[in-house]
Amino acid sequence: MNRQAFLAVLRRDLLLALRRKSEVLTAVFFFVVVAALFPLGIGPELNTLRLVAPGVLWVGALLSSMLALQRLFEADYRDGTLEQMALSPASMPLLVGAKMLAHWLVAGVPLVLLAPVLGLQFDLSADALLTLTLALLIGTPILSLVGGIGAALTLGVRGGGVLLSLLVLPLFVPVLVFGAGAVEAQASGLGSQAHFSILMAMLLPAVFFSPWACSAALRIALE
Amino acid sequence: MDAHNSMFEVKDLACSRGNKPLFEAVSFSLKSGQALHLEGDNGVGKTSLLRMVCGLSPADAGEVRWQGQPVQADPSAFRAALFYLGHNLSLKEELSALENLQADAAVAGRTLTQEQALVALARLGLRGREHLPLRVMSQGQKRRTALARLLASQAPLWVLDEPFVALDAKAVDGLRSVLAGHVAQGGMVLFTSHQPITLQRADGAPLAVQSYRLQSVPQKARP
Repeated sequence: MNRQAFLAVLRRDLLLALRRKSEVLTAVFFFVVVAALFPLGIGPELNTLRLVAPGVLWVGALLSSMLALQRLFEADYRDGTLEQMALSPASMPLLVGAKMLAHWLVAGVPLVLLAPVLGLQFDLSADALLTLTLALLIGTPILSLVGGIGAALTLGVRGGGVLLSLLVLPLFVPVLVFGAGAVEAQASGLGSQAHFSILMAMLLPAVFFSPWACSAALRIALE
Repeated sequence: MDAHNSMFEVKDLACSRGNKPLFEAVSFSLKSGQALHLEGDNGVGKTSLLRMVCGLSPADAGEVRWQGQPVQADPSAFRAALFYLGHNLSLKEELSALENLQADAAVAGRTLTQEQALVALARLGLRGREHLPLRVMSQGQKRRTALARLLASQAPLWVLDEPFVALDAKAVDGLRSVLAGHVAQGGMVLFTSHQPITLQRADGAPLAVQSYRLQSVPQKARP
């Protein structure tokens, strides 16, 4: 029953994303625009570009996933779907986990796939591009998972968008530091092993605890 | 479903909004094959009571018992036996009636084949509209889609908040026969409505509908 309900929520959210393409594309397009404008603004100094690339791409990805975060539970809260999820005999953290997975597939994976293409503009080496993509692959789920807690806590609050940024941005800072740091460490010959380990150490507890925290916050929002 | 000896009790429930008591000492019980019409003026707290009964919001005092056990003892068993339809219909505008029905059943932990879903939709007069996205449907048709979930549900206890709103005369008759069928099979229905509702068996014999009038707490004069 739990597996069936998990798959149903995942399938419904992916289907909805497919039918509301514009909402999904806005966030991805934002990432592309930010990453494409920087090299034009900075100029053709390759050394500078190589230096700022990881930071720019990571900040772009971070802000883009913030844009999509606000809608994570909003529609379900308004149309009553969230009530039905709370009343489901299946475990609610599992259903919330399905929503977060769908959110990452829709808002996070496109960023991971686009990053190596956009990285070319910054004259990143193949090695650096690979490190950047891997770091984003581990880092973007953390953004969805930790951001989801913020989205659940600010659900139904007026001006929740601003509050959400205030709440979540400080928590995103370590991800940004170690995500962007991985590329620099790789480029300087130190190896990015340590950075990846730290990112994984952030991801695994987030996968485990975030759905629980989220569903507790959602139950409070529904009262 | 073991609906034939089910027991649902509400004991001394109380609710307040801020410092203002809304209602208190609300007690009633439902056995298999009984329907209860919850009446009360606007703003007396009918919706709050129904949400409390389902466990969406906590009660200030009192308890809800299912099969003689407090609901908190085994919330999952109670949720598997419960079908709740609130003011928000929990339908997705971008999905078709059929997709909505199937996703909803899976979240509620049931399997619903396409044939079963089509039969339920046809019985509420939505034949030929199964694949239309809900956003092109009228308010009444959306409500019918939501009510088709009743037919697809196997839960013994139905809690319905204003199920007769926005339905035409034919759909009201259809819904009455659905409710009567459920009660005749040993189900339980708790609903609110501002019109008097009578239920009949398929052979025309009337089914008893109990009624409970929700009274607000008299406001004390301020000193």
